[in-house]
Amino acid sequence: MDIHILANLSYIVSAALFIFGLKQLGSPATARRGNLLSSLAMLIAVIAGLTAEGIVDFKLIGMGILIGTIIGALAARLIAMTSMPEMVALFNGSGGAASLLVGWAALYGADVSVFAAVTIIIAILIGGITLTGSLVAYGKLSEIVGSGAVVFSGQRIVNSLILIGLVYAGYMLSMDPNPESVWFWIVLGLSLLLGIMAVIPIGGADMPVVISLLNSYSGIAACAAGFAINNNILIVAGALVGASGIILTNIMCKAMNRSLANVLFSGFGAVKQAKSVEGEVKPISPQDAYYILEAASNVCIVPGYGMAVAQAQHVVKELGELLEKNGAEVSYAIHPVAGRMPGHMNVLLAEADVPYEQLVEMDEINPRIENVDVAIVIGANDVVNPSAREDEGSPIYGMPIINVDQARTVFVLKRSMASGFSGVDNPLFFCENTRMLFGDAKESISAVITEFS
Amino acid sequence: MEIVFLTFILVLSIFLGFELISKVPATLHTPLMSGANAISGITLAGAFLSAGLVDDSLAKYLGTAAVTFATINVVGGYLVTDRMLAMFKSKKGGV
Repeated sequence: MDIHILANLSYIVSAALFIFGLKQLGSPATARRGNLLSSLAMLIAVIAGLTAEGIVDFKLIGMGILIGTIIGALAARLIAMTSMPEMVALFNGSGGAASLLVGWAALYGADVSVFAAVTIIIAILIGGITLTGSLVAYGKLSEIVGSGAVVFSGQRIVNSLILIGLVYAGYMLSMDPNPESVWFWIVLGLSLLLGIMAVIPIGGADMPVVISLLNSYSGIAACAAGFAINNNILIVAGALVGASGIILTNIMCKAMNRSLANVLFSGFGAVKQAKSVEGEVKPISPQDAYYILEAASNVCIVPGYGMAVAQAQHVVKELGELLEKNGAEVSYAIHPVAGRMPGHMNVLLAEADVPYEQLVEMDEINPRIENVDVAIVIGANDVVNPSAREDEGSPIYGMPIINVDQARTVFVLKRSMASGFSGVDNPLFFCENTRMLFGDAKESISAVITEFS
Repeated sequence: MEIVFLTFILVLSIFLGFELISKVPATLHTPLMSGANAISGITLAGAFLSAGLVDDSLAKYLGTAAVTFATINVVGGYLVTDRMLAMFKSKKGGV
């Protein structure tokens, strides 16, 4: 049989396995097998790809695969679970870089048609945005650069100019697709610049949206590369990834009650708050916290990014176990945008061996929050801020929150009285039923645990 | 015709993707993301075309770099996803 047909048949098998693998990712019980199937699909696609016409020199391919495997395997093995968002950002960037390079290399092909040229330019454009955007996101997440939003006047004008420049340069390049052309360098440069410009105005707390979006871009870039070189498996796989990223982006935006445009174009925290919060906070000692917890029969733990920073997931789980032994029902309520990427808290708690049945979503806990004796807020702030429900002047008004203020007692573990990432005061801290446990989250919980023994 | 055919595949895949992914629970969003990320390394299959060229043009080296980046994405993405998923345990023990 013609090897070309054989390769395409393998692509069908591969596509089917990708789809089946993603389907199995839908449940924690089958997810691991799904991932395995998906990697098998990748293996088949890669082997089929190696049989493509024109490949005569396997030396450089082998070298590239070897280097990539070493770097990828080491990174995957060594990374700490708390640093997962940075890691995913870097991987996204590397996917973008690959698509960009495939597009660039395709420009050297003989007689590139206008259509092919357009897809090549799209691959370069989206690949470039993904690459530099992810690098900036990485910098913000790992706090190499400031994680706040960088906004300057005329930002939109500058961005619009870049976009117009890109469209024009892209048009010129597609008329004369030639890698030596000056228009090519302009497209490449502006794409890379646009990636940086697109991510700098986005603050740390909005990172889940950005990561999802960049994830989507890396898929779309692969799709465009697929069109550029006429390869259908790239299109199928790229579209699946693109769709997954867009869905996650959408979920994140909904969870913050903001439109995507609002997240992308306006720095957060610049808005003045209508109502300032007044009142007295009531600090509590670990010992008193213990007395209340010992009497509680229903405890709900609400983690946020602060838990990741304090690396407190293991002591949190230890506390949860002690409470269960004490006869209390323990659940972990997770807000969709808690942490720095979708599902960030779930992974950390899974690392600490919390069974996934105990992890509940916001919509599940809110109707029964009134039956919760103690809600323990660990390093979360905006996602439990009642202003989102009550204060129409608040910048986060309308954002769905976990209504911990309606629980019988709320413990807030907090380093200091500083406001959250959005810069909004949190009236929760001044509630009648709120007790503040100041200090490092990990140390505070350890102190409570010692009281139990 | 080729273009129409490829676009046809694209449109169907997008719909399929939306159907598949919208059923994934929030608990698994991080592994979903890193798993999807690994899939986007499929560019690898395309990168071979340039990296395996016989001539010694710049395209060949661009292709090799693309192979390297895409492999990082694939290998790293799948391994880290597996590492995460292995941690998700049910109360009854096992997975």
